[in-house]
Amino acid sequence: MTTALNRVAMMVVTLFGVTVVVFVLLRVAPGDPVAMMIGPGASAADILALRVRYGLDGSLLTQFIIWLKALLGGDFGTSISFHRNALALIAERLPATLELAVVALGVALLLGFTLAVAGTLAQRRIGEVAVDSLTGLMLAVPDFVWALALVLLFGVALPLFPLSGRIDPSLGGTFRTPFYLLESLVTGQAAAARDVAAHLVMPVLALALPLSAIVARVLKGALAEAMVQDYVLLARVKGMSEWRLVTREALRNAVGPTLALTGVQFTFLLGGTVIVERIFAYPGLGNMAIEAVINRDLPLVQGIVLVFGALFIVTNLLVDLAIAALNPRLRHG
Amino acid sequence: MSAALLSIEHLSAISEREGGASILRDVSLSVAPGEVHGLVGESGAGKSTVARAILGMLPRAVRVTSGAIILSGTELLTLEPKRRRSLLGAHVALIPQDPLSALNPSRRIEAQLTDGLRMWKGCSAAEARRRALALLDEVQMREPERVMRLYPHELSGGMRQRVLIAAAFALEPRLVIADEPTTALDVTVQKQILRLIRDMQLRHDTGALFVTHDLGVVAQICDRVTLLFGGRIMEQGPTADLLLRPQHPYTRALVAASPRYDRPEDGLAPVPEAVMARCRQEIAAFDRGLHG
Amino acid sequence: MADANLAVPRPVGRPAAHPGPRRWPALLRDPKLMFGGGFILFLVLLAIFAPVVAPHDPLEQDLMAATLPPWGFAEADPAHLLGTDDLGRDVLSRLIFGTRVALTVAAVAALVAATAGTLLGLLAGYFGGWVDAAVSRLVEIWMAFPAVLLSILIVAVLGSGLTSVIVAIAVIDWTRFARVIRADTMAQAQADYVTAARTLGFGRWTILFREILPNVMPGLIALLALEMGIAVVVEAILSFVGLSVSSDTPTWGGMIASGRQIIYQAWWVFAAPLAAVFLTVLAFNQVGDGLRRLLDPVLRR
Repeated sequence: MTTALNRVAMMVVTLFGVTVVVFVLLRVAPGDPVAMMIGPGASAADILALRVRYGLDGSLLTQFIIWLKALLGGDFGTSISFHRNALALIAERLPATLELAVVALGVALLLGFTLAVAGTLAQRRIGEVAVDSLTGLMLAVPDFVWALALVLLFGVALPLFPLSGRIDPSLGGTFRTPFYLLESLVTGQAAAARDVAAHLVMPVLALALPLSAIVARVLKGALAEAMVQDYVLLARVKGMSEWRLVTREALRNAVGPTLALTGVQFTFLLGGTVIVERIFAYPGLGNMAIEAVINRDLPLVQGIVLVFGALFIVTNLLVDLAIAALNPRLRHG
Repeated sequence: MSAALLSIEHLSAISEREGGASILRDVSLSVAPGEVHGLVGESGAGKSTVARAILGMLPRAVRVTSGAIILSGTELLTLEPKRRRSLLGAHVALIPQDPLSALNPSRRIEAQLTDGLRMWKGCSAAEARRRALALLDEVQMREPERVMRLYPHELSGGMRQRVLIAAAFALEPRLVIADEPTTALDVTVQKQILRLIRDMQLRHDTGALFVTHDLGVVAQICDRVTLLFGGRIMEQGPTADLLLRPQHPYTRALVAASPRYDRPEDGLAPVPEAVMARCRQEIAAFDRGLHG
Repeated sequence: MADANLAVPRPVGRPAAHPGPRRWPALLRDPKLMFGGGFILFLVLLAIFAPVVAPHDPLEQDLMAATLPPWGFAEADPAHLLGTDDLGRDVLSRLIFGTRVALTVAAVAALVAATAGTLLGLLAGYFGGWVDAAVSRLVEIWMAFPAVLLSILIVAVLGSGLTSVIVAIAVIDWTRFARVIRADTMAQAQADYVTAARTLGFGRWTILFREILPNVMPGLIALLALEMGIAVVVEAILSFVGLSVSSDTPTWGGMIASGRQIIYQAWWVFAAPLAAVFLTVLAFNQVGDGLRRLLDPVLRR
């Protein structure tokens, strides 16, 4: 109980730290966002009016306090470039990023588990060398480079998938929720689902490849450790096939450490969506974040970074819960 | 010898990792149905290599160079792996050394007791469960219903070993290989477990190969004994003969060093260096005979 | 356990920190180090001798010879081995000059990040207590940021340019070093040789820098190689977003970004720098992996 409270306290500290860093970083930036907004012809009075409107006229500390108060009240401020409520803008874009990240996580887990089990079954034969080399390559090259390589491969050389966007404009506009993939699957709109999925293939692969390599590496190591345990020996004496030994006896004991690491790595994947969305012009939070930084849209940048920080924290919490749920030792005290 | 359940004939093996050093030197022994055969030696004497050779689980670096392992008339070493696996799975069981690591920490006792029954006896889930409960009862486990629902970490060491014995006898195996099953337990539990294995083995008329380094355990449970040193048989015979009228100096030294057979030891008693030297000479002479 | 009979305590079980001369052949026998190291050496030579090696001026435009395909394709000009971009600039020459920015960023940014991260990691790992708590909290706050977003933010604040890029990478990636070095230092601080040094009366700072630092060095060096690969990618990302050095200087990321615009007309303008980044990251990775294996006293045996 105390550890749980402790964790929550830590989270608040972390989130607060994130706010302070962004705030300081953006407020000390040379260049005036307001001057940028209204262009060279504006009068000093106009600029002042805008400054007051966006709370940019006080000292750094007062600005921070004003902003923090507003934040706690659920007010993320007004986007300077969109002239709209920052929170509303974020809420519009977040579902696209969540869909992308969650699908990428699923693909990474599927691919990683497959590779780990295949590598374990192919013990010390050529198959294991192949799996190890493959994961080595997938791990060495980061998502940004994978994304560009996929652009070249599936966008230009073998144009199988659309290069940018989230859905074909002719199919868009019929959605009632911002979760396009989920909605089209649930409501059975096959054409829309296929189109959204096709748009997801490349960004998902770019994000999933490095993560799946990490999952495969860690899981394979844990499986190797489990496979020499006596309970596996005993099951082998019982005459179980290697497939059953790996999947029924070893796998469950090996997922614990894998999940723990996947949690941390998933937060990196979330961070990776920023550039991957940019490359594929995917209308998510990350793409908007880059736009906001370039436009010096302070309220929007701060809001987005805070949301990413919150996602980071929530992910870590969920992973802790999942590990506890999977380990019978923790479950039964 | 034709009545033997298990018969190992002139088994020799080398370790390729140690530059082809011999680790089993012409080992022969047999186990009759209903008999407990003790396989005794210090660590590295080759007793686990024999056990693993029967189970077909030798380390990669170990290679059998000659000999045969015959289980109920079938030669195991030349058998195709898939057939050997099903033959062993259905007729040979293992009681492992460490009851803690021999139960899968993430599966309930019920699952671990019933999977063999379902796989080899084709039992339905209900039938397998009924049999598993009967087995737990047979190994004198209290509250078997409750135990079935538990995870291994919720059981004591002695209880875990009872579960493992129940699992070993679940398929009515013809041969049980017990690999130092009491070493990891404390002294009072050791005796109960030994008696339980003996009871189960007699009741089911199962042959057993009992690997141990403890002459006290041998005296308590074994009908016949094979004493190994450096992969070579030093002495073999009925337990009473071997312990009361030892012929080989190594046996004599061992028996003399552990006066009370009922007292469990941590390892084989120390043997005078002169005796060890003589044993090594014997092995060297054997190796010369092999190559000369 | 230290031998009680010894009058003077001496470092017991202290792992060798410096690879002795007789270990160098092992370095040459490791294929990962050979290929990775060879490729990086090749890049370094290219960067140094770029003006000599490059067949053309990387900035020289020739609109008459725009988007020529690379050697081997129809309409290719043998004078432009890897073709030309939409302004008729020679792709190979731009690639060669691009190694300068890539390697400068890789070396400087990784060293700065390593220095800062190692220092904080050593302090946190050795002193523990509030120092450790403060550093750990800082690392966690840093990790809550998406790294790419933070680096873009920093360059946006500082303004484009090589220095901003280096600062951005160092400010983000010091945590990688801090985390690993902190754990390593904690482990080393428990070792017998540290106890021995303490009984000999060495001061804390002496122990930290003379005893512990050399022993965390192997992990540090391997990490440094990995970080250089990452720095090359981050620079490419910043160029891609349009925030790296000025467009007059050829960079791989800048080439990728402009190549992306004309990918259907001239895919090679995009593919060539992408391949360069791919191979460079891979090479640094192989070197890091190889070094880790070579220098780790446990893995070596």
